[in-house]
This record gives sequence, C-alpha cells and structure tokens, in this order.
Amino acid sequence: MTGKEYRTITDVKGPLVFLNKTEPVAFGEIVTLRLANGDIKNGQVLDTSDDLVIVQVFEGTAKINRETGVTFMGDVFKLPVSTDLVGRILDGAGRPRDGGPEIVAEEKADIIGAAINPYSRQSPHDFIQTGISAIDCCTTLVRGQKLPIFSASGLPHNDIALQIARQAKLKDSDEEFIVVFCAMGITAEEYNFFRSDLERTGALENAVLFVNLADDPAVERIITPRLALTAAEYLAFEKDYHVLVIYTDMTNYCDALRQIGAAREEVPGRRGYPGYMYTDLAMLYERAGIVKGKKGSITQFPILTMPGDDITHPIPDLSGYITEGQIVISRELHQQGIYPPINVLPSLSRLMGSCIGAETTREDHKSVSDQMYAAYAQGRELRGLVAIVGEDALNERDKQLLDFSGVFEDQFLRQSRDEDRSIDETLDLCWTLMSSIDTKYLVRLDQKWIEKYHPDNRE
Amino acid sequence: MSNEGVIYRISGPVVTATGMNAAMYDVVRVGHEGLMGEVIELHGDKAVIQVYEDTSGIRPGEPVLNTEETLSVSLGPGLLTQIYDGIQRPLASLEEVMGVFITRGVDADAFDMEKTWTFEPQVAKGDEVVSGQVIGHVQETETIVHKIMVPPGKGGKVKSIESGDFNVTQTVCVLEDGTELQMMQKWPVRSPRPYTQKYAPDTPLVTGMRILDFLFPLAKGGAAGIPGPFGSGKTVTQQSLAKYSDAQLVVYIGCGERGNEMTEVLDEFPHLIDPNTGKPLMNRTVMIANTSNMPVAAREASVYTGITIAEYFRDMGYDVALMADSTSRWAEAMREISSRLEEMPGEEGYPAYLSSRIAEFYERAGRVETLNGDDGSVTVIGAVSPPGGDISEPVSQGTLRIVKVFWGLDAGLARQRHFPAINWLNSYSLYPQSLDQWFRDNIAQDFPEIRTQISGLLQIEAELQEIVQLVGSDALPVDQQLTLEVARMIREFFLQQNGFHDVDAYCDIHLQYHMAKAILSFQEAAKGAMADGALLNDVVNVPARSDLMRGRFEKGYIDRIEEMVKEMNEQIANAVEAN
Repeated sequence: MTGKEYRTITDVKGPLVFLNKTEPVAFGEIVTLRLANGDIKNGQVLDTSDDLVIVQVFEGTAKINRETGVTFMGDVFKLPVSTDLVGRILDGAGRPRDGGPEIVAEEKADIIGAAINPYSRQSPHDFIQTGISAIDCCTTLVRGQKLPIFSASGLPHNDIALQIARQAKLKDSDEEFIVVFCAMGITAEEYNFFRSDLERTGALENAVLFVNLADDPAVERIITPRLALTAAEYLAFEKDYHVLVIYTDMTNYCDALRQIGAAREEVPGRRGYPGYMYTDLAMLYERAGIVKGKKGSITQFPILTMPGDDITHPIPDLSGYITEGQIVISRELHQQGIYPPINVLPSLSRLMGSCIGAETTREDHKSVSDQMYAAYAQGRELRGLVAIVGEDALNERDKQLLDFSGVFEDQFLRQSRDEDRSIDETLDLCWTLMSSIDTKYLVRLDQKWIEKYHPDNRE
Repeated sequence: MSNEGVIYRISGPVVTATGMNAAMYDVVRVGHEGLMGEVIELHGDKAVIQVYEDTSGIRPGEPVLNTEETLSVSLGPGLLTQIYDGIQRPLASLEEVMGVFITRGVDADAFDMEKTWTFEPQVAKGDEVVSGQVIGHVQETETIVHKIMVPPGKGGKVKSIESGDFNVTQTVCVLEDGTELQMMQKWPVRSPRPYTQKYAPDTPLVTGMRILDFLFPLAKGGAAGIPGPFGSGKTVTQQSLAKYSDAQLVVYIGCGERGNEMTEVLDEFPHLIDPNTGKPLMNRTVMIANTSNMPVAAREASVYTGITIAEYFRDMGYDVALMADSTSRWAEAMREISSRLEEMPGEEGYPAYLSSRIAEFYERAGRVETLNGDDGSVTVIGAVSPPGGDISEPVSQGTLRIVKVFWGLDAGLARQRHFPAINWLNSYSLYPQSLDQWFRDNIAQDFPEIRTQISGLLQIEAELQEIVQLVGSDALPVDQQLTLEVARMIREFFLQQNGFHDVDAYCDIHLQYHMAKAILSFQEAAKGAMADGALLNDVVNVPARSDLMRGRFEKGYIDRIEEMVKEMNEQIANAVEAN
C-alpha cells in the first residue's frame, strides 16, 4: 500500500484533513503529505472507513490544498530507539534538532505503548532523596512513581524540577538517573534555561531531550510526550536504566488535545476539553513504574500550570485522579520570597507509606512527618483567627502553633537552589523546629521517638 | 446473511461492520487478530461494535465474526483468588502469554479448565431439582465452600449424579430430560441473575471503621456511595472495607484506576489475615483490575463482570460485598463510547441514559431469598470521583438518588490528616431505622441512644466553632469550652482511625461502643468535677485521659478500657480537691 499517492482531499479543517476514495487505511496509520512546493508534512489517521479517512496533521495544515498528495505509510507511528538516544536533542516529532545524525535504530517502537499488566508490576518502594526538605519529609518521592508539580504561571516550578533532576538519588547510592526531558509548547527562553542548566551540570550527556516549543505546531504536542515515554520505556525496560521523565507543560498538551477535539466537532466535556481526556492522560501517566523481571524504572515528573491557580480546573483535576499525589506550588509563599514555595498542605505522595521507615529513611519519619504537617496546618488556620481577634486572644497552645507555622516556612521550607539536604538532616531539622512546641501538644509523636530524638533528650 | 461481516469504519474503540447478521449485545471477533467486541447499536445492515482491545492498525475490509453469544462470564470453582481484567481474562494468564505489557488478540480461560475439584453431591438419583438448587459442593478455598447449583432456567428429575474428582467442564449430573450439568456455568453480564424475592436489610455490614459502623452504618444488601475529590482517601477506604468488612466474599473492581494501586492490593492481600476468620484474605476475594490505560470498552464491562460474579456467590447463600473504585471512570467510559457513537449528549457530555445505568447497577445489590430458598446478599459500595470534588455533577447525583448511604469524603479533613476523611456533618445513612434492633440485640440496649448523643455533640461543636471563629475559644463559657473538648475527643480519639496501623485499622464493634461510652463518661465526670469547682484545664489534662486515648493503639484494649475509664474518672474527681 505504501507509495500510492492520493489527491482526493475533500475538506481541510483546523489540523484535520478529510479525504476519500482510498484503499483500506489502518486506524492510527502514519501519513505523509506532499505539498505543491515539495514540502513534506506528517500526520496520523484518526478515523477510517470505506468512504472517508480523517487525518490529523502534526505540523499544521498551512498550504495544504486539494492538490496535496497523501501517502499512507502502512504502519502506525514508531520511534527508532537505541542507546544512541542518550545525549541527544530531538524535536517534537523525533527528528534530530542538535544537528547530529539520524538515530540509528536498534528497533522501532510503537509510540502508543501497551498498558503494563497490573499483575506484572512491582510495587515501588525505593526512596528517592531529592535533597528538598518539603518533598523528602512530607511528600516523599518513590522510584517508579508519577508525581506531578501543580504550579501556575510566574512560579519557579522549572527551578524545582531542575533541582530535583540534579539532586535526585537513592539514599547511600551514587546511581544516577537518565533524564528524559519533554518540552511541550514552552518558550524558547524556558527551553534554553533547561538546556543550559543541564549543560552546566553535565547532565546533558545523560539526558534525552524532546523539544516542541511554543512556535512549533501545536498538534505535534500530542505525540511529543509519547515519543519521550517510548524512549524512556526502551531505556528502562530494555537497557536497565533508571529514568526520570520530566515533561512540561501538560497544560499545553491538553490544549492541543482540545484543539483537535474541536476540529473534529466532538461533544466537549468540561471547559471544552474532550470527554476522553482522562483516558488520554492516563495513557501517558500510567507509563511510569517498575515491572517484574526488569531492572530499570520510570519515574515521572509532569509539570502543569493551573489556569487561574485553580486546582479544580480539568487539567490538574484529572491529573490528580491519575497520578500518585501532587506537589503544589504556592503563589503566596513565593511572594513571601520563600524558595521552594511548596505548599505541603494540599501536596501528597500516595506511595510515601511504602518507602519510609527504619529500613529506608528513618524510623521516626512517619511520626515526624505527621506531626510537622498537623502542627503547620493548625498554625496556618490560626492565622485567620488572629487576623480577626488578635494574637492576645490565643491560648498558650495556639500561640506556640502559630509561631511554629512561621518557623516552618522560614526554616524548613526555605532552602537555596543548590542546597542538598540529606534525609537525616531534614528530620533533625524537624525535631529542632518542633522543640519550640511544648511536648504535651505533640500528640502525633510516639513517646519512644520523643525520648530518642527530641533535642531535650539528646546530648 | 452469514455470521461473518466486514469492517466498514474504525474510530478508536468503536468499529462499524456490515454484512453481518448481528443482534444487540452479540459478542464479535474483529479483524484478522480476532479482537473481542460487543455489538452496541444497529443501523440497517451496519452493526456498531465496541472493541475491548486497542484498534490501531486495523483496516476497513477486515473480517468480523459474530459468535452469536452475549458477553458472559464463566462461573464455577476457581474464581476465588483470581485477578481479572474487565472481560474476565486472568491477568496472570495474560502475563504468561504476552509478557509484562498487555498486547491484544489473546484469549484466556477465566480459570483453569483442567484442574480437578472434589465434587460432593447433595442430591440423589430420582430427586426433583429446580433452578438454583444446590446439587453438590466443592471446597474451593480453606474458608469458602463453592456450591454447585442448577443453572437458572433448568431443572427436573436427577437421572444420575457423580461423586469424586472432576474438572469444571465434565458432566457431574444428568437430568431425566437429558440436560447435562457441569460445575461451570455461564451467565450474560448485563442481565441480573434471578432470585425469588428481595428482603429489607436488617443486619449491618460491620466494617471495623468506627465512623462507618457507629455513625453511618451500611446494611448487608445495601448500597453506599463514597464521593470525594482526589487525595481524600477513597481508595484507602475501599481497601479497608475489602480487608475488614464481615462479608463472606469480596469482589473488588479497580475500574479505570491506578496500576500501582492495584499492584499494592495484589502484593498485600495474600499476606493479610481476615479478622473474621483468621485465614488469608485472598481466599475470599475476586479482583477485577482494568486500570485507566487499559481499553476503555473493557472498563465499561468491568463493573458488570464484577457484579455478576457477586450475584453468583450470593445465590449460594453468601453475604458478598462488592467495591467499585471508581464508578466515575465507568461513567466516563460510557461517555467516551457514547460520544464516538455521536449520540445526543445529556449533562456534561454524559449520555442521557447515564442515571438509569447507574440505578440499574446499584439495584443489583440487595438481600434476597435465592432460588433455592437460602438467604444471600450483595452489598455494593461505589466510589465516585467528582471533578473538583463538586458533587453537583451527574455521576454523583445519579448515585445519590439511588444509594441509601452517603459517605462524603472531604478534602479539608484530608488536608488536616484526619482519616478516614469522612465528613460527619454531611454524610448520612438511612439504615439505622432498620438496623437499630440488631444493634440493641447484639451490642447493647442503649447503642442507638449513645449514637444520638455522639452525633448531637458533633452538631453542637459545629455551631460553637462558628462563634469561636469570630471571638476565639477563650471567650466562651467554660461549659461550652468543655463541650468543645469533648467534641475534639470524639474527633481525635473516635472518628480518626489509622488504616495502616496494625491494631487501630480494625476496631471491633463492641469496642466502638465502649469507646463512645468512655467519651460520654469523661463528659459527665468533667461536668461534675467542674460544678464542684475544678478547673477545665486540670480536668482535661489528667494523665489518665491521654493514657485512655493512646490505649487504642495497643492490643487487648477492650479488656482494659473500663479500668482506664475508671482511673480517668478518679483523677478528674481528684482535680476538685487539688483546687
């Protein structure tokens, strides 16, 4: 079938091309379109029948007309993969962007990716130390987890992602991650920031970059993360690497999804996003994990900016239902000049329970984390009260909690961009800060840990 | 017309075929790879098929074969301890054939067809048997006896019956009319299995979770909805119910949820001990896992597969609990398919038949007299994941219209790390009326009254908190400050429960009663002491009260609690003298 060129386009609408009178075309088949001036565009079949074929064009439909030749390539979209990928920069459709040679394929992998059999998964349990206290103590990251950063425009989510990429390691191990970085619709400036930071630290040699910038075709963004994850799966499950996938910005991805849905005149779900967005996002996020019998792993760090700082917006909302927790960046903390401005209260790591404790982090971790969290939550709540009745109306316990919430932000959250705190340092810091509260109010701490770790009881 | 047609159109999981003599809900095999699908719409000669596997690479013109059967599950010994995908393929078998990634076009038997089971007959030659009657049994796991029943619609005089070791497809009984009965039977998933009549539920499903059993009890045979935003603990609550509820069998459906979570369940359950029988939990469990990235049509089918299995065990006279996590993903699967069919949408893009499908599903719960005269029940507990936690959306509303128990999860409570994060102010149960007699007879005569007092205190607290927000707690009179302390004790000591703690995760219902009494006892003692001049601070801070509260994390608490309450009351009384 390959090779036969059709000139039977009937309609062009947004990113979609409609054509008829074709031979049977496979669902999901890759398509090339040859323009009158010789330019080549690529696309994929979205709907196929005897009468009509709908093709989604990745590079936008500019200059496509009824004379455009359409060739069906006889196969679904595949990415050539090999270990040569490491250290390379590719564009959003998988072509070299760094001026280097084409990737010599060891094999070609279907970019849609098959679902991992839940029975064949292995529960993640290896603690990743990020060196950031708020994350390590309160929303602990586990190898094989998918933990997004919920941010908003104007906040330093990129710095946090990079700091994690730089510092992430297993406790007492030098084993490094391969970083697969996937840019979707970010600005050239943001991209340069990422690239130069990866270059500066030498991490670029151990990274694969897939880059679709803001001025690249929007529809291409649909495949960019799939390429990145296909590369990640190959490196993790064929080549035994531990892979950290950072993708930014999921909001641009979802907007591209909406654009295609609108062009197809689909019935929209909430805020115009397609009804299948949950499933579509799951097909990306669920490609994290560890599987039985393979040494590698995929850990995902998607970054998304919440439109209007609204966590109930469909993009963060659907993501939160799929991912194993979230790290929420707070504008309020950022404006107070605190870096990293992580609001631990709505943040969560669902897999935390499986990776903390005596054998992995420290025996008092759970207890400490619960107490820090509870005390901070109560302290924050009291701020509202103080605004109305003044500090004098508080009882002794409430005063201590109120003061603690300030110290928590100033000393526990705040750290510099290259400060890499070990988990022991983090937990010791917690104890020091909590000692400002009378022990009898620290009801979530086990007595045995108070005896062992409380500064009053330590020499 | 033949039973073989050709593909006309492919649009994601929806395929249209022509030239095939199809009826609604026929199962078909699509394409050269024979992907499994189900006919869901007919337009003249065109049959619209939802396909349970990925359709990439399939072309128009490929063949479609109609099996002329409806989507059915296999029912028989071997079901327990299995973990299935949405269309009852065992995930372990899929792993054997395909490796760790799920590819397509593979068929797998629901359970081992070769394995033999020791069949012990319960009827003899010449006996008259009717639909649903038990003709024999198999000891399937340590705890569960699998009863072999005459399939619905069949019956007659027994011509011969066997005894001994057979596999599930061998005939164990022949009736006079020539009907051969095997240990395995099939049942179409979209039709409820028949029963004689439905009863009103009168026994609680004891879950070991204090807030559920004590304040918002669910009846065996009832239906409950758990709506909550992400991170509020739906899955943890569902898993706790699967682990500790006193149902005899559990069907757990992971519908469109996280892969790692299912893995956790798979890792954990074989090592967990059922507190009611002392045997491994897995022995009473059937799991269905269709994670969010597995084919969406199979997700749509998964809840039906699950409830049909639950009904089958109900028909044996068991109390079955079914957890569906999450029904919102099931509804979304319906929405996705509906939109591919270009149906006119109802609210938020969901199909107009959404609420009737939800109602039909929950209506398959119930306590029934089975065809063989036994008493069995299916309790359904459905998680709902409302977008943004806003329960005014169609799936939550469709669920609330039909269920009698509403356990409302609250993001605010989850943020305070108050777990289970069930909001005691807006949750409800309509069962106490029918269950109170059981509580009086089996736990304590004054059980319902104690419950009323506890929930009354929580109501008063909510009102007082509004004032505290304005003026601070010190401005309240001391008796109201005491009420706040008591309410805090209810929240921290009674309602909060650590689902991951060895001891606290499961709380015996008798102990729940004693703990509630202990709180009221504190209130009374404190009131008395304060009337005699003791200070609130002294009363609240007696060491025996902290001991009492911490005691719940230790084994044997139920034997010591009365002693501890007594100690507390003495110390409170002493607080008067100290002043």
